Amino acid sequence: MSRLPISKTPKPYVGGAFIRSESGRTFPVKDAAGNFFANIPQCTRKDLRNAVEAAAKAGPGWAKRTAYNRGQILYRLGEMLEARRAEMIETLVCFGVAKSAAAKETDTAVDRLIYYAGWADKYEQVLGNVNPVASPFFNFTVTEPMGVVGVIAPDLPPLLPLISLIAPAIVSGNTVVGLASEKTPYPAILLGEMLATSDLPGGVVNLLTGFRKEMVPTFATHTHLRAISAAGVTAEERKALRLGAAESVKRVQFAAAATEREWFAEAAQSLHAIRETLEFKTTWHPIGA
Amino acid sequence: MLAKSPTAAFRRLFDEVGTVDAVGVEERVAKFTTRSIKKASKVKGLKLATSMVDLTTLEGKDTPGKVASLCQKALQPHPGLDAPQVAAVCVYPSMVRHARKALGSDTGVRIASVATAFPSGQAPLRTRLAEVKAAVADGADEIDMVINRGAFLAGEFGEMQDEIAAVVEACGDAALKVILEVSELETYDNIRAASFLAMRVIREGDFIKTSTGKTSLNATLGNNQVMLEAIRDYYLDTGIAIGMKPAGGIRTAKQALQFLIAVKETLGDAWLTNERYRFGASSLLNDLLRQLEKEKTGAYQAPYYFSEAAESY
Repeated sequence: MSRLPISKTPKPYVGGAFIRSESGRTFPVKDAAGNFFANIPQCTRKDLRNAVEAAAKAGPGWAKRTAYNRGQILYRLGEMLEARRAEMIETLVCFGVAKSAAAKETDTAVDRLIYYAGWADKYEQVLGNVNPVASPFFNFTVTEPMGVVGVIAPDLPPLLPLISLIAPAIVSGNTVVGLASEKTPYPAILLGEMLATSDLPGGVVNLLTGFRKEMVPTFATHTHLRAISAAGVTAEERKALRLGAAESVKRVQFAAAATEREWFAEAAQSLHAIRETLEFKTTWHPIGA
Repeated sequence: MLAKSPTAAFRRLFDEVGTVDAVGVEERVAKFTTRSIKKASKVKGLKLATSMVDLTTLEGKDTPGKVASLCQKALQPHPGLDAPQVAAVCVYPSMVRHARKALGSDTGVRIASVATAFPSGQAPLRTRLAEVKAAVADGADEIDMVINRGAFLAGEFGEMQDEIAAVVEACGDAALKVILEVSELETYDNIRAASFLAMRVIREGDFIKTSTGKTSLNATLGNNQVMLEAIRDYYLDTGIAIGMKPAGGIRTAKQALQFLIAVKETLGDAWLTNERYRFGASSLLNDLLRQLEKEKTGAYQAPYYFSEAAESY
């Protein structure tokens, strides 16, 4: 007996749930061979607004967790991706990535998560400080997460840059609203399913699919987003982000990796990426007699 | 001979005032959430809702200082934004004189005080009346009372109405809002019946109000609709216009606009004024201001720009 085909409805992961766009719109995505693959939700600025609300709600709880615990959870996310490695590679291949490159991208993405998981309870020792001062005070500089961070992923590669931008932001207690690759959004949907099973509290990472043209201006002007990490931006988008960020006083960071290959390099992961979404607080404490 | 059991009492009351088609009400209010209100009409709605807010603080930890800052917020909700003053501040009786001091006597913002052993109402009648008189003497313009739910559910409608009438008398010139505490009335039929019992003993310009905000279930579009329809039917019968105040659980501007749609489509424009419709809320005002600022600037706003006592994340 023949079975009816059961195809998955792709839904992005927002606020710990899999959503459709509030607009009800979708856009068709084709695989590398040019065949229809699926209809992907075309998220709007209102979905972005809702995602920011979800991220802000999740923020205080996530930031209060111990660094050690955040590291464990990031490691667990790496485990989840590793466990579904074959599925991810197959998906990347389906969208035109060569088999060996797909394997490399997936493995590097896992390694990157483990890398930042390792930093979770160590960056503070490196970035924070006890400052020498010429008066009877202890003077400490400690770091704090900024809040809700917007992540705008480049079109290619479809998976690795998204993870490379998200991981250093959440490791310190920020929460993220990410915009997936416009051309190849499906791997981000798959990533959402892994996030959902990774012990990461709902709302810490929120992923949207849709058109950059519709979303980037809202990322730029939304005052609740404290920072933006963007990659693969056009000159026009760069200008919109700069202007909007100046208006709403937010930090904008454009990824250094300019080519696809650079995302795989050792230089694409660093402590500096964690520092980009941290605020520094210096406190003076009197020394007792 | 008329039976004395509560069941019989309710049966007679329902026969008199009519019952509610619960499924029909739910369906009707679901429609209110589908209206599309944009741009200029949205701004108008947001400002109207702002002017209808009873800015409320009803906590055990209230202090004169907290009430004073609440009053400042009521007078000027957000600097640089062309937003109207709110209708009233709503405080506990002990805070009325502090609110009067903060607002002064020459002000458009009224002072509402919950009284009658809010929120339970479980105090002797003379204590409750004394509380009302004290609040009015301290300068309250409006009194929010709770009905005797126990008497209502036991079918002692006369007792419940007598108590409301006594409070009306104690209020003097102050307006009265009668809180039905809908979550304890259990059915739409009961809410409609209690609305009628209350409306029959209060004056034109007084209000009926959904809830105290101290129980799990508060104002919903469904409860609001049942009460609005009771007000409409009572008005058509008697020509007496009673006001309405949903309270508790209305936190977003979007909800407030939906409630206003219900008013517009049930009672018409005559009720779209803060003399006949109010929102009892504490956090709603900030969301209204946030959306007004969004309409003004085009940029989504962070909640911590609006004096919200929340963690600044």
